[in-house]
Amino acid sequence: MALTPPDQALWWKRPLSRAELGWITIAFLWGLFMFFFMIYWHGAGKQNLSNEAYRISAEKFTARTQAMVDKYKVRDYETKQGVKIPVVHPPAGEDVYLIGRLWQWWPILELEKDQSYRLHISSLDWLHGFSLQPVNINIEIHPGYEIVLTVTPDTSGEFTIVCNEYCGIGHHTMLGKIFVVEQ
Amino acid sequence: MANTEQFRTCPATGLKVHLPAERLIKANAVAAVLFLAIGGLFGLGVALTRWPAVHLLPADWFYLALTAHGLDVLVVWIIFFEVALLYFASAILLNSRLATPKMAWAAFALMLVGAAVTNVAVLQGTSSVMFTSYAPMQATPMYYAGIVLFAVGALIACFIFFGTLVVAKQERTYEGSIPLVTFGAMTAAIIAVFTIASGAIILIPTLLWSLGLVSHIDSLMYRTVFWAFGHSSQQINVAAHVSVWYAVGALVLGAKPLSEKVSRGAFLLYILFLQLASAHHLLVDPGISSEWKVFNTSYAIYLAVLGSMIHGMSVPGAMEAAQRRHGYTNGLFEWLRKAPWGNPAFSGMFLSVIFFGFLGGISGVVMGTEQINLIIHNTLYVPGHFHGTVVAGTTLAFMAITYLVVPLIFRKDLVLKGWARLQPYLFGIGAAGISLFMMGAGTLGVSRRHWDITFSDAPLPFDYPGAAFLMMGLNGIFAILASIGGIMFIVVIVGSILFGKPAGEQTFKELLFTGEASAVGKHGSEEHPKVPGTLALVAVFFVSFVLYYFVNWKYLSEIWPLR
Ligand code: HEM
Ligand SMILES: [Cu+2]
Ligand SMILES: [Cu+2]
Repeated sequence: MALTPPDQALWWKRPLSRAELGWITIAFLWGLFMFFFMIYWHGAGKQNLSNEAYRISAEKFTARTQAMVDKYKVRDYETKQGVKIPVVHPPAGEDVYLIGRLWQWWPILELEKDQSYRLHISSLDWLHGFSLQPVNINIEIHPGYEIVLTVTPDTSGEFTIVCNEYCGIGHHTMLGKIFVVEQ
Repeated sequence: MANTEQFRTCPATGLKVHLPAERLIKANAVAAVLFLAIGGLFGLGVALTRWPAVHLLPADWFYLALTAHGLDVLVVWIIFFEVALLYFASAILLNSRLATPKMAWAAFALMLVGAAVTNVAVLQGTSSVMFTSYAPMQATPMYYAGIVLFAVGALIACFIFFGTLVVAKQERTYEGSIPLVTFGAMTAAIIAVFTIASGAIILIPTLLWSLGLVSHIDSLMYRTVFWAFGHSSQQINVAAHVSVWYAVGALVLGAKPLSEKVSRGAFLLYILFLQLASAHHLLVDPGISSEWKVFNTSYAIYLAVLGSMIHGMSVPGAMEAAQRRHGYTNGLFEWLRKAPWGNPAFSGMFLSVIFFGFLGGISGVVMGTEQINLIIHNTLYVPGHFHGTVVAGTTLAFMAITYLVVPLIFRKDLVLKGWARLQPYLFGIGAAGISLFMMGAGTLGVSRRHWDITFSDAPLPFDYPGAAFLMMGLNGIFAILASIGGIMFIVVIVGSILFGKPAGEQTFKELLFTGEASAVGKHGSEEHPKVPGTLALVAVFFVSFVLYYFVNWKYLSEIWPLR
């Protein structure tokens, strides 16, 4: 019984049955396969999270984002409450900045379909979760670190950034937008 | 030295029961069940709030309830119960006295005070930080202090377990190697020591920070060390509930392991590789290299997953072999059809095995794949996954063995036997439903820890797909089912402890295997019993696993290209 000492004093010398050996082999090989599939996808797959990240202060990141807004703002987006949020349309290939802060993703981005952008994201205060819907891309955003990813929107339309890392009482109101337009 | 007046002999198993150990097991089990009740009610409140048509609690209460739910069930219920299991697997199974019962009471008091302090901090409303308490979001010092006290108590309990192993060995209370269940408990205790050490490394500085003595806690460092604590503690649960599966199989069916070597080897894999898995939580965090993520998230090369897959065959295999020995030899599944499905210890345990493997296990490996995590991180898929592991798996397994702890340790007959028979099904199916529908909503992108998926107060408009609302409604319905199952459990167990008749011959006959267990088990069977039914189950599992794995790669390949 599992509740009593093993029946055979030399239990570690007993041979395995074929069924056990077979299953252990299959399970082990499957593990190896899954391990190498992640590595394979780094080469062959198109969806890999970038490893590029830097430490950055909130002031510096705000300044860079503000500079981008000043340069590429095309219009304002007016919210239900009448607040204006800038919409920026940077040229393809450009560095694009996105701030997460209590409780807003700022500014609103307008990108062109099938163009690549270097998207920098950081938080100015607490942890936030970048959750792009309905595409469903989810990335943890830290204060003090900027992550830089190269993204190529391949569908056009209106996309919403939901905050999916709990960030206090306004967490469920923290949204942002990305518009993807045809070239 | 052991004093014989401190022992009784168990009429059902013949084990020598150390009375101080028995009292400690009772105290820890009762505290566990109490916090399960509290935490479960918070869970119901949370689930009803997330049902858009009901939306029960206001936002501040929702986040408070979610924090309390996570803490009370994941931390307090499970760890109190595990302490009871550790004492059981050492003192009782080894016929030994428990090392230092006084210290064990001190540990119990620390845990109880710690749990109470943290609960009070949360209920005051100023510490709704979720059980993860990610810096730089800050709770009150009381919140962290309570957790630290609780953890110190749990650590002492682990050392009492090790001490008892030493005492039993020195006093020669058993012959040969320790039983498999004790070995599994030892696995849990070893992992627990590492886990609690990580917890101290992260929570003590955080406590000092909340007191204003430390100026800054780096959020990435916090998450990394926190999950060395948080993830490993889940592996304590796995080691503990796998031990419970073996124990229940032995008690209700007279099952013995197909191979001691294989089962123990699988536990050993846990000890060696489980720690790496804190990477699961960091797969989409900045500043961590892919090489590190790939190696760690796969526990080297999925060697701890291998451990679980081995148990996934050897647990049902042991039961099949036992049933076949008892004459249920027809076809692939007579052994399973004729199993004691009306015995809540058996039904709870078997449902736990199935749900843990199919819901919690498969989803865990899939979402722990480096790139696939991009489409899952922090969505409701994550709570969906761990309600498969820790609710339909661990909690249900612990409920199952409680039906045996009541007659064997509390020495009471069960009251409301009809309820007891039904309970594992209601709770199990409810929990499986919560797990599935949260995973479904998560696949559709719905965020976890989110008060309002209609975004009615948000400045910008947004709607999740209609199917997500359906999922949340179904989740609510199954949450009610699980809660009814949970309440029935509490009523039956507390009722039996308070009002049950003394357990007798008849009680044991109803719940335990009373046949000529070991005689047949030892020599009556061939060297390797055949287990074709188990092999069929394992094949179904493997095919589901592979298919689901590739379905998720397919989903991933459809999102925007990222580099
Ligand atoms: C009646 C039974 C239960 C119900 C109805 C229930 C329901 C829920 C729901 C709806 C969530 C919220 C997900 C979210 O909004 O992010 C949740 C979170 C959670 N549940 Fe449960 N649950 C139950 C039992 C349990 C048990 C027994 C455990 C542990 C053993 C558990 C552990 C957790 C944890 C750790 C969280 C995450 C909290 C957080 O995100 O901070 N639950 N539960
Ligand atoms: Cu946020
Ligand atoms: Cu948030």
